[in-house]
Amino acid sequence: MNTLATDLTVSSIILLILSTALINNFVLHYFVGICPFIGVSRRIDTALGMGMAVTFVMTIAAILTKTITYFITGNANVDGGAPGLLTGTDLSFLNYTVYILVIAGAVQFVEMYLRKFFPALYSAFGVYLPLITTNCAILFVCLMIMMKGTGFVETIAYAVAGGLGFTIAISIMAGIREELDHADIPEPLKGAGITLIVAGILALAFMGFTGIGQ
Amino acid sequence: MASELPGGLQRFINGILPENPVYRQVLAMCPTLAVTNTIAGAVTMAGATAFVLICANVVTAALRRLLQPHLRILVFTVTISAFVTIADRMLAAFMPAMSQKLGPYVPLIIVNCMIICRCEVCASKQGVAVAAADALGQSLGFLAALLSISIVREILAFGSIFQGWAGANGEGLRVLPKSFPNWNLMALPPGAFFTLGILLGLANWCVAAREKRKTAS
Repeated sequence: MNTLATDLTVSSIILLILSTALINNFVLHYFVGICPFIGVSRRIDTALGMGMAVTFVMTIAAILTKTITYFITGNANVDGGAPGLLTGTDLSFLNYTVYILVIAGAVQFVEMYLRKFFPALYSAFGVYLPLITTNCAILFVCLMIMMKGTGFVETIAYAVAGGLGFTIAISIMAGIREELDHADIPEPLKGAGITLIVAGILALAFMGFTGIGQ
Repeated sequence: MASELPGGLQRFINGILPENPVYRQVLAMCPTLAVTNTIAGAVTMAGATAFVLICANVVTAALRRLLQPHLRILVFTVTISAFVTIADRMLAAFMPAMSQKLGPYVPLIIVNCMIICRCEVCASKQGVAVAAADALGQSLGFLAALLSISIVREILAFGSIFQGWAGANGEGLRVLPKSFPNWNLMALPPGAFFTLGILLGLANWCVAAREKRKTAS
């Protein structure tokens, strides 16, 4: 069903947020957003800035793409397929192209809006905004929402929690890497190699959250 | 300017090992980590990526004189997303089980930095033939990288290879003795990080050793 609202309880939303942010962490479980995870996460404050910027854009992109899917293009992934509410046609083959354009446009608009109205916020994460267009985590959220066919409130909860999980992972990683600079690492593993192995250990630790949902 | 850029053959060879997208450029990390728990998944992913990369590179090369500098990334992305839609629909039609298994990672090819990188570095500057050769080389390099990771992971996780393709019920060919317990962790996310991290280290070590020998002689 292509619905805007499903049966909602507070506990189901909390469960959704917990499972998205911790158990199915975007970076450590789904492997999206690995590029900034490896590239940017060198200092905790830049990691936090990146994480906030991603969460912000992720939420806006999720709301926009959900609205477009619901009203215009339709969603073929929910059972039986659901045409767009206003068009009455199944245009779901356009979804991927529309999503990536919406994300690119949203990033531009968010950047302009922040520069004009929130200069402090802009200077805090302005440099990371253009990078976000090619961050696969944003597109991943839009795709997952389409594939799951979630309702509107869940969409927002999912996007915010996903961004939160990304921020948690990238900040922990930045903290570890600040210490790694002083460690004696074998020459070939320096850079991406040791980051991936540390990420593996982190992923192992995050697997411990698996029981929470039950 | 054009004469300084490598030719088609050079581009093709570069893509396979010297500029391998995964091991040398550390690009396309999400599919590399996400779909390599079985060889079948890795090969399908590499095939879909190869299709998109070759088509996008050829189209971009054909359009290269019309590209406006400030709009070029947008043009690349829209071109790529069109071919990704085709690849995704084909997979869903002819390999529904595999399409289900790969899930969001097929549409995520759109933001695969490796493809945008090839459009930017090669196809927007050189002709159609060179771009096609470049795309072919890079795709082979990507396939080799995904295969190397998935072979390690599948053997350690299940003790067999070619799961879903060979064997009686698609359980694959047993390569490790029955007494070897399934190391399930290798099929799970941490296994992906460990395997890629260690293989990346090995690749760097090999390159460093070769450089050393070259300077020594």
